[in-house]
Amino acid sequence: MSIVVSPTREPLVFGSKTYHQVTEDICSPSEKAPSRQWVIGFIIAVTFLAVFVFCVSWQIFYGVGAWNLNRTIGWGYDITNFVWWVGIGHAGTLISAILLLFRQKWRTGVNRAAEAMTIFAVICAAMFPVIHVGRIWLLFYFLPIPNTRGPLWINFNSPLLWDVFAISTYFTVSLLFWYTGLVPDFATLRDRAVGFRRKLYNVLSFGWNGAAKHWQRFESLSLVLAGLATPLVLSVHTIVSFDFATSVIPGWHTTIFPPYFVAGAIFSGFAMVQTLMLVTRKALKLEDYITINHIESMNKVILLTGNIVGIAYLSELFIAWYSQFVYEQFAFANRAAGIYWWSYFAMMTCNVLSPQVFWSRKIRRSIWWTFFMSIFVNIGMWFERFVIIVTSLARDFLPSSWSYYYPSWNEIGIYLGTFGIFFTFYLIFVRIAPVVAIAEIKSILKSSGDQYRGKNLGHDTHHAEESHAENH
Amino acid sequence: MALKNKEVLFGLFDDETQLLSAVADARKTHMEIDDVYTPFPVHGLDPLLGLEESRLHIAGFFFGLIGTMTAFFGITWIFTKDWPTIFGGKPYFSFPAFVPIMFELTVLFSAIGMVVTFYTVCGLGPGVKAMTLHDRITDDKFCISFDITEADEATKSDVKAFFAKHGASLVDTKMI
Repeated sequence: MSIVVSPTREPLVFGSKTYHQVTEDICSPSEKAPSRQWVIGFIIAVTFLAVFVFCVSWQIFYGVGAWNLNRTIGWGYDITNFVWWVGIGHAGTLISAILLLFRQKWRTGVNRAAEAMTIFAVICAAMFPVIHVGRIWLLFYFLPIPNTRGPLWINFNSPLLWDVFAISTYFTVSLLFWYTGLVPDFATLRDRAVGFRRKLYNVLSFGWNGAAKHWQRFESLSLVLAGLATPLVLSVHTIVSFDFATSVIPGWHTTIFPPYFVAGAIFSGFAMVQTLMLVTRKALKLEDYITINHIESMNKVILLTGNIVGIAYLSELFIAWYSQFVYEQFAFANRAAGIYWWSYFAMMTCNVLSPQVFWSRKIRRSIWWTFFMSIFVNIGMWFERFVIIVTSLARDFLPSSWSYYYPSWNEIGIYLGTFGIFFTFYLIFVRIAPVVAIAEIKSILKSSGDQYRGKNLGHDTHHAEESHAENH
Repeated sequence: MALKNKEVLFGLFDDETQLLSAVADARKTHMEIDDVYTPFPVHGLDPLLGLEESRLHIAGFFFGLIGTMTAFFGITWIFTKDWPTIFGGKPYFSFPAFVPIMFELTVLFSAIGMVVTFYTVCGLGPGVKAMTLHDRITDDKFCISFDITEADEATKSDVKAFFAKHGASLVDTKMI
């Protein structure tokens, strides 16, 4: 097979792997008893999950009054966390869909885990609007079904309802895409397993047997789902930004919001992928598959999207000044120098200044720098949403109603609790499913494995003949 | 998906290059391949096997169209006929505001429709028992199988010779 790959491309799979070794390496973590690290991690995650259940139960019992929201600041931690979690989800779809369309081979090392992250992040995100409605038992009012309101329908013209459609579509499509990709890999696990695990994976793998026609349809399906998920992922954060952009609040009603939110979402999503991948590759010994080259590629995306976000911040400031609109000007002066100046400062430092270190190749390829930067970016992106939401609301048109907001213990508990949801799911996923897409790694092995690349390049045909001879 | 049991003679290959040359040879000598099983999609295999392009994406288009129509006609009917409501002084039929949901339902219907179609036409789904010829096919072996239910001894030995010629690492029969 002649696959044309630029000789300057670096290998994506190290360790001169054979197909069987790929299977062994990726399957073995879920075939062994859980490691001590995993057990400790799981206990911590479940503890946080319990915190979530407790705090949410408290909030449902006592009402939204358990939060420190007031008449001036009606959105606080809840919507900040919602937007933050949705944004984190975006990287998974970007890696799996957009990079598939662009034929970026490095996506194969990280797409599975990133897609899983998307799904769990969207679950965390969806919790916030659900509990924020206050009377959770009336949640079905969101749905376009005949209900106790008689024939009166929901408002299809409202961005808040668009959000309901966008988030639920996004979750469904991501789940289908992710699970369909998992089916052949579950079949690999099934064929290695015995007893109960074989039965389990038999159910999970849907009877997959790797027939040529099935693979052909599978690839067709993946490609079209990627084509659908690409505009979808852009639409989701666009619609989230409409929640703000279609309002009349200075600092919110700007046309720059959709691209600015999408770039920010990808930015924070990649940061979270980095955080997870750096830990996962170490814990599961997957350094040969999730390589420094993968990490560097993702750091480049972080640098690019970080700068887009930075330009968006500066554009907002410029337009506020240039518009000669006093309320807009006040809103931005208030953001930068008002009562919440520290959150603006944190946002600017973490999102715009700190990613600049990634201009250095050495830092892009450093595990520790990447890890700390990924945490920084996540903090920065959380503050971005806090700045947009709380700062803009705290100083409204009527100075007598100006207010200050800080979270109650319940809001902090719910936020920390969502990490419990996220990591509980993620740790279960790591135990049950192959963290790296086995079939996809095998399909790029001959074009991106280190025995076929780098200094070995040029011996390509020679090697193929050699392995051929060995087989005889 | 066979309706009745059949006996297959299959050979396993260690590398996709061997598989491809074997498939090409089988086509040239008019041997009727029952199926080919691989651990990952092997590119270049479909034209050799004479498989037509999948029509799944066409189905996806129509599912998407149904989604667009559902949203457009649904919202239009609700806001102009069933219960006309004025929001912010806008017309009842405020098309731009319908677009986001039309888009979302297009994607949703298309994705669900295609995935359901995919599993249905492939005969896959939860609880389907896998018809596997060998446990290593989902690992690192590439398999060609021939239907020998009604084959005579001469044909069987031809197939065996074919596998030997192309360097199959394992040849076996199985009822499926």
